[in-house]
Amino acid sequence: MLVFCPILLQCNLLTPVTAFTINNISITKQYVYSVLLVCFVSVLCFLFSTYIEYRVIAFLLLVTVSVTAVLFDILPVLLAAVLSALIWDFFFIPPHFTFRVGTTEDFFLLLMYFVIALVNAVLTHKIRRVEKIAMQKEEKAKTVKLYNTLLNSLSHELKTPIATIIGATDNLQTNNVKLTPQNRHDLVQEISKATVRLNQQVENLLNMSRLDSGFIQPKKEWSDISEVIYDAVKRIEENGIQQQLVINVNPSIPLFKLDEVMLEQIIYNLLNNAVQYTPSTSRIDIMAINHADVLQVVVEDEGAGFPEAELKKVFNKFYRLKNAKPGGTGLGLSIVKGFTEAMGGIVSLENRKSGGAKFIIEIPAETSYLKNLKNE
Amino acid sequence: MSNKAIILIIDDEVQIRRLLEITLESNDYEVRMAATAKEGLMQTAIHPPDMILLDLGLPDQHGHEVLQKLRGWYTNPIIILSVQSGEEDIIKALDNGANDYLVKPFRTGELLARIRSSLRTKTIQENNPLLENGSLQIDLAARVVKKNNEVIKLTATEYNLLALLAKNEGKVLTHHYLLKEVWGPGYLNQSQYLRVFIAQVRKKIETDPNRPEFIITESGIGYRYVSKE
Repeated sequence: MLVFCPILLQCNLLTPVTAFTINNISITKQYVYSVLLVCFVSVLCFLFSTYIEYRVIAFLLLVTVSVTAVLFDILPVLLAAVLSALIWDFFFIPPHFTFRVGTTEDFFLLLMYFVIALVNAVLTHKIRRVEKIAMQKEEKAKTVKLYNTLLNSLSHELKTPIATIIGATDNLQTNNVKLTPQNRHDLVQEISKATVRLNQQVENLLNMSRLDSGFIQPKKEWSDISEVIYDAVKRIEENGIQQQLVINVNPSIPLFKLDEVMLEQIIYNLLNNAVQYTPSTSRIDIMAINHADVLQVVVEDEGAGFPEAELKKVFNKFYRLKNAKPGGTGLGLSIVKGFTEAMGGIVSLENRKSGGAKFIIEIPAETSYLKNLKNE
Repeated sequence: MSNKAIILIIDDEVQIRRLLEITLESNDYEVRMAATAKEGLMQTAIHPPDMILLDLGLPDQHGHEVLQKLRGWYTNPIIILSVQSGEEDIIKALDNGANDYLVKPFRTGELLARIRSSLRTKTIQENNPLLENGSLQIDLAARVVKKNNEVIKLTATEYNLLALLAKNEGKVLTHHYLLKEVWGPGYLNQSQYLRVFIAQVRKKIETDPNRPEFIITESGIGYRYVSKE
């Protein structure tokens, strides 16, 4: 679990729900605004009190309280309710400018005004709370679903090789007599493949959590791009691939000042992705050119390409194409994106007209044409 | 006393010790083991081994510390074992006197090759003016390099670089070390020179300079001249 934790925490799975606008206004401001609103409406009513009957004014004030109830928390709303009741009594119920109420009828009206205003406030508050709970539940359901996707993908990718290793070693230990030399050889072969796969997944997870922690700092050194590309190719070829890799780097490409280890990992992941998802007979092209102090690396394959709708999403963490065949965590390409961006570059993906995917990495970097320093 | 080379493994992980013990003993080495830095230092002091495999992540002391203490008096090869593939860490260990490094998980073949080459450097290095490696021949006395018996023209800097790497056959030399030794201390940050000259030397000595067989890149760390046994 040690490895997963930083990753999961970074997925923003645990952020609290902040869907309500009232949370964005501080409580003090809410008090001020509700008092101001009530006062504003009261002044307006007072100016026109010769034209509007005071009972109608009660309704106008009630509407005002309802508005505050929609916008604000319960306490500012209660304040608005009480304040508006007092204002109505003092300024509008005859006799004016006294809290005295002239008739029994008016007394009941005032009482009812007060009760309605309060009920209004409390009801709105309750409705809002129910809404909030519902939203939280929904949010939590989403979180749980995302968690499950992550864990499914991770546990599948980690447990498959582990299961292979356990199964094969059990066989070798307890079933040894019945196994032919060929069987034994095959089992050992499977263990070997499984460990390579397991190691690759762990490497991906570690890189991802390094990226997530923000701990990653590119170490810029003068780098020979064709050397970096050939190293990545060598590493991929050690996995025993069948596709044809074609490298095209102009020998006069300058040296670039960048983190060669990161660049190699980027190229390796792109190649690995191409190798995993293209037929064994197809060809993979790697090109590198200098574009006005921007290093451009292009990896093209002859696979099926990506559905247009998913082109943008493939760099997302743990994203896997629908119907993707097993064999990836959906981390490889997000590491490509993370590393490229850590180096100040951008990555893009398009489908080739002739079919297949085309990944383009562009990294701005200092260049040096110090080559041809002959006879020193 | 047998004449098997004695290798001391300093690693706190029982599984790794067991694995290394089996691997090394079946390849005719005599194996000693220590689970802590303290124990390792003591064993080295009492019976200095021919080589030490030192894990950097020990429970009682940091590997770098142990390495520095050992290098105070112990001159035989030390190979670092590390789970961190952080280049900084490896460069630090190499600068502190480690002869080589292996990042866990490593291949057994790789381990044995590194052990063989470190032990060989230790025994043959002195006074051997003629370094032969497959089709490549370097005559240190005459400063002449031959490929398939044909003399290869190298500039002075190219020769110095190749000779330095070849004299340390099997050992990773860091970028800094190479720059300092070949160009001088003023060139420590001029890694572009190193890149250019490595490319030039490869063009002259390698069959396919893009897939080098003699000078191998250790990404982010340095270069290694390997023997084609």
